[in-house]
Amino acid sequence: MFDLSATELSAAIKAKKISVTEAVSAYIERVEKNDKTLNAFVTVSKENALARAAEVQRRIDGGEALSPLAGVPVAVKDNISVKGVETACASKTLGGYVPVFSATVVERLEQAGMIIMGKLNMDEFAMGGSSETGARGAVHNPWDVSRVAGGSSGGSAAAVVSGEIPAALGSDTGGSIRQPCSFCGATGIKPTYGSVSRYGLIAYASSLDQIGPIGRDADDCAALLSVISGADEKDSTCVIKKPFDFPADCPSAAGLKIGVPRNYFGAGIDESVKKAVLAAAEEFKAAGYGVEDFEMPMMDYMVPAYYIIACAEASSNLSRYDGLKYGYRNADAKTLSDVYRLSRSEGFGIEVKRRIMLGSFVLSSGYYDAYYKKALQARYLIKEAYDALFGRFDMLISPVAPTSAYKIGENVGEPVKMYMGDIYTVSVNLAGLPAIALPCGFDEKALPVGFQLIGSAFSEKTLVGAARLYQSRTDFHTRRAPTGGEPQ
Amino acid sequence: MIIDGKLLEYLENLSCLTLSDGEKERLSADLGEILSFMERLGELDAAGVPERSHPFDDVNAFREDEAGGSFDRSLILRNAPEKNGEAFIAPKTVE
Repeated sequence: MFDLSATELSAAIKAKKISVTEAVSAYIERVEKNDKTLNAFVTVSKENALARAAEVQRRIDGGEALSPLAGVPVAVKDNISVKGVETACASKTLGGYVPVFSATVVERLEQAGMIIMGKLNMDEFAMGGSSETGARGAVHNPWDVSRVAGGSSGGSAAAVVSGEIPAALGSDTGGSIRQPCSFCGATGIKPTYGSVSRYGLIAYASSLDQIGPIGRDADDCAALLSVISGADEKDSTCVIKKPFDFPADCPSAAGLKIGVPRNYFGAGIDESVKKAVLAAAEEFKAAGYGVEDFEMPMMDYMVPAYYIIACAEASSNLSRYDGLKYGYRNADAKTLSDVYRLSRSEGFGIEVKRRIMLGSFVLSSGYYDAYYKKALQARYLIKEAYDALFGRFDMLISPVAPTSAYKIGENVGEPVKMYMGDIYTVSVNLAGLPAIALPCGFDEKALPVGFQLIGSAFSEKTLVGAARLYQSRTDFHTRRAPTGGEPQ
Repeated sequence: MIIDGKLLEYLENLSCLTLSDGEKERLSADLGEILSFMERLGELDAAGVPERSHPFDDVNAFREDEAGGSFDRSLILRNAPEKNGEAFIAPKTVE
């Protein structure tokens, strides 16, 4: 059963080869057995999941038409609200917080007949690229447990590739779905901004955040994105009119052109990553796509612009944590000011404090124009550059990260080095574009390497068509991590 | 960029944080390094370029302006560290 993809598992359930309860029980058992090593889960909702499994089985037996993912267990990142289940963003600040409502995406998963099996570990408040900064400890990479799983959706990617869950949701503010997929060998989609509701997603940077699927292949991600996308009256920025639909004949190859940003393959990228991604571009050429290289404008300004904007929005969003309404409160504070300051100072970890203070700085009087205003202007130019490129190309192919997974603790204390690891992903969020990340090889340390396809706004169908074609010609996505793998 | 004690204290106040001595040392060095890195934006000629705070021009899809239900107060209060039956409890601010 663990070899089945999410859509195959649902088909097996509907064909009565396996029951929903058997599937959910088997996955729970697997998490209980293996997750002490990986630390991908922060919560397993055993009782709820088994009760839901019985209910969904009754609906299937009753002939109810459910989705192509009905009966399949799924888990969500710990920043996505699930009614009645602790949702802490892997932070002491939100420890014990139990939402009284579910995120729209969670409601949609449940309407589709999926079983929410638990919450997945992450960087605290999604601020990080290694899933090391959370209050619940680091997520370990299933290919080598001495290494990071990437972040911030590291728990989601690690759980999927280790077979602890067939599919998962993550969130992507500057690469947080794509980079852990690359580090762990999973497939993931960062959807167009405004295509998936953010209602119930605990905010980091609201103009950049987007929830998306992580799965074993493009088909599973497409099926999951069909379920969670679509307009939502609870999120006015969700401007999409209707959910995505990914028929078997999504456009691929004929007449489509892929651009390769040649300056993404210069200094700073590992040779093995460069080789694997360029080989993927060759694969598309062999499959009939037009492939041509170009110079990506604005490359030097992407990471500074992203971190200025993301931190500015974070400093505002995280001002809600005051020690009064929910979450952690210092027990000894006597004045209102002390409640605020002591609760926040004791509740937030160092990376969150760093980003709040950076955000406060770039928005402060005297620095606003040189930093925040300039970053917004850079964002305008980045978006313009992409608009011009999509007049020439149907999609772009690029690395996801300059390296494969590094050792746990290796980059802690080197924030600029860590931030530069986001060089290939952040501009996609600044421009609100969709991108799909998928595995394209392994490096000399036997660690997965991924690439991303970036499309114009709402071109998910074209991206999925290309990803399906690539995965029909390669087998990198079918290779399974040795769960609880030993350090190499 | 040098983050001196005065600027760090200003940022602590803006951020509503009180840092430990160890955090002060670490963050003043980190923030200085990160802001120096961000200064490369200064090289960008952006004269006359508009500011973009949202990815798209079509920002909002509004729903009808109709009153809907709300959450039960007792449920909301369950998450509060200190509360009575009706409200969050905060230290007195006016004597």
